[in-house]
Amino acid sequence: MPSNRKIRVLVAKPGLDGHDRGAKVIARALRDAGMEVIYTGLRQTPEMIAAAALQEDVDAVGVSILSGAHNTLCPRIVSLLRDQGLTDTLVVLGGIVPQEDIPKLKAQGVAEVFLPGTSTQDIAEFIRANVKPRD
Amino acid sequence: MQPTKNATAEEIEPKAKSADSLKRQAERKTSFRTVSLDEINRLYDSSNIADLDLDRDLASPGQFPYTRGIHATGYRGKLWTMRQFAGFSTPEETNGRFKYLLREGQNGLSVAYDLPALMGYDADSPLSEGEVGKCGVAVSSLADMEALFDGIPLEDVTVSQTINAPASVFLAMYLVVAEKQGADWKKISGTLQNDILKEYIAQKEWIYPIRSAMKLVIDTFEFCTEQVPRYNPISVSGYHIREAGATALQELAFTLRDGIEYVDWGIRAGLDLEKFVPRISFFFNAHNDFFEEIAKYRAARRIWARVMRDRFGAVSERTMQLRFHTQTAGVSLTVQQPLNNIVRVAIQALAGVLGGTQSLHTDAFDEALALPTDKAALIALRTQQIIAEETGVGNTVDPLGGSYFVEAQTNKMEQGALDYFDRIDAMGGMVEAVEKGFPQREIQESAYQYQKALERGEQTIVGVNKYAMQGEIQEVPTLVIDESVRHQQVERLEQTRARRDAGEVSRTLDSVRKAAQRGENTMPSTIEAVRAYATLGEICSALRDVYGVYEEPAI
Repeated sequence: MPSNRKIRVLVAKPGLDGHDRGAKVIARALRDAGMEVIYTGLRQTPEMIAAAALQEDVDAVGVSILSGAHNTLCPRIVSLLRDQGLTDTLVVLGGIVPQEDIPKLKAQGVAEVFLPGTSTQDIAEFIRANVKPRD
Repeated sequence: MQPTKNATAEEIEPKAKSADSLKRQAERKTSFRTVSLDEINRLYDSSNIADLDLDRDLASPGQFPYTRGIHATGYRGKLWTMRQFAGFSTPEETNGRFKYLLREGQNGLSVAYDLPALMGYDADSPLSEGEVGKCGVAVSSLADMEALFDGIPLEDVTVSQTINAPASVFLAMYLVVAEKQGADWKKISGTLQNDILKEYIAQKEWIYPIRSAMKLVIDTFEFCTEQVPRYNPISVSGYHIREAGATALQELAFTLRDGIEYVDWGIRAGLDLEKFVPRISFFFNAHNDFFEEIAKYRAARRIWARVMRDRFGAVSERTMQLRFHTQTAGVSLTVQQPLNNIVRVAIQALAGVLGGTQSLHTDAFDEALALPTDKAALIALRTQQIIAEETGVGNTVDPLGGSYFVEAQTNKMEQGALDYFDRIDAMGGMVEAVEKGFPQREIQESAYQYQKALERGEQTIVGVNKYAMQGEIQEVPTLVIDESVRHQQVERLEQTRARRDAGEVSRTLDSVRKAAQRGENTMPSTIEAVRAYATLGEICSALRDVYGVYEEPAI
């Protein structure tokens, strides 16, 4: 990124699932990697997540889902972001996601899907390399 | 160097020579740590257990403090119960899986409910969208519960239900189904997870504020002690605490301290210690570090026995005996090279067995990908059967008792847990500690330290950060739950609502509300509401009206 502005990431936990180990580890790792991280807390609706992304002016939204509800929740988050004019906001997903769902999720606007075992450094690098530069 | 039969550690490697031999046989790493990042010595010998008093600290199996087990005959008497956690899609689908597992030699059932059920929402709630039947079976009312246990006699089969915030409603539904089958409540045995403290600490499927939720738990204790005396109304669970990132020691300490908290609350409610405590059961994780896990289980029994005797003045053996279920560590399963998980599960399960578990769930190898398929679930069950019937590990009780290493680690676990008890007691108890965010912060820190150790390569996960295969192709078929499940469930819910007596539903829901307002036991009115086919969502809503909802503090 050309400016000194830190990358801002919203770590979001949609759906009814309360397993937040991954979301919290990622939030801290991205902070340690020099990003500004806002964690939504549990059980946020796609509408709440999109509103938070707009309000917090984030470069990326990291969604954590372990419940299998990703096919319902992710496309909705992406389309709500785009509806709000957040066309450049990078959306990434982490969690328990079957391989066969990944191409479909990517076609629907999820930039990358990180499965269990991914290093937090790889996630930080991906975000750094793929967020849209700002002035 | 070959140790001879009677050689002591000193003879094998005299101290004067050890510097030389260290030069010749340099160690692979500067420090050797467990999966909980606990440092392990090169060698354990009698000096490490100098304080161990065999009669006081070990005794025989079946004798206080039960370090070596609660039964004199161990698995020579009765093998552990093979209880596979199962639940997905509709009640009919899960009923089919239950019957399949029972046919294949499983001897107890364990129900996994879906997220709407765990949170007290009906399948047709807008919040349930995308979640119905995904992480477990969908149940919104007695009608679903009747389908779930159709053809399964609840007087004969013991059923464990993993449900917490709305546990009292599920207990009521279970009892009404049993009643309709003609079963005698006095003969029913089984377990309700009903451990709300670990929800605030780790799993986070809560509904009501913590103190109201504790009151509901105590209601079930009181009700079961009188009406369903062979039923375990709680399974105090370390499993989820561990999965959330706790170390083995933190799992042990927080779980047992939760147990103490329930006992305190029960006594304060006027319950008889010797009547309700024997029905408190426990649930631990079996993670990768073999000996650490075994030490944890052995320490758990000893700590509980001593706490019951010394802190609460228990006299009967049953009150002092800790019984537990074990599940292999879901968090240890890998997406990469998933068949490797079969091996992990077998070793973890063996630790549970060598630790003397009363019942065991072995994870299926495909669980880092999705809910298990029939085939994967069967291999998991067969793993237990191989351990039970081929390896011979159950031929003698507590085969590792007396091992310098295992006894030293058991002592260390006990001491570490007691230190945590002191810190939590100083805060005023576990409810207060949770309100302060103490166990939550401890677990979060451990989870992060473990992740960093992994990324530095200090901890190895085969197939992930070592021996990874490039371009690995995923060939494991996974179980797919589609959205039609929600439609079917919503349809049944609509039929149920159309058929029932609406006046009776609103009258019984009112009774639930009144019982909660007056601080009476909510179980009798909840059972009435369930009989009238009031739904899970409606009953939880009635309680929300009175208790409000929990807001998580920022941690």
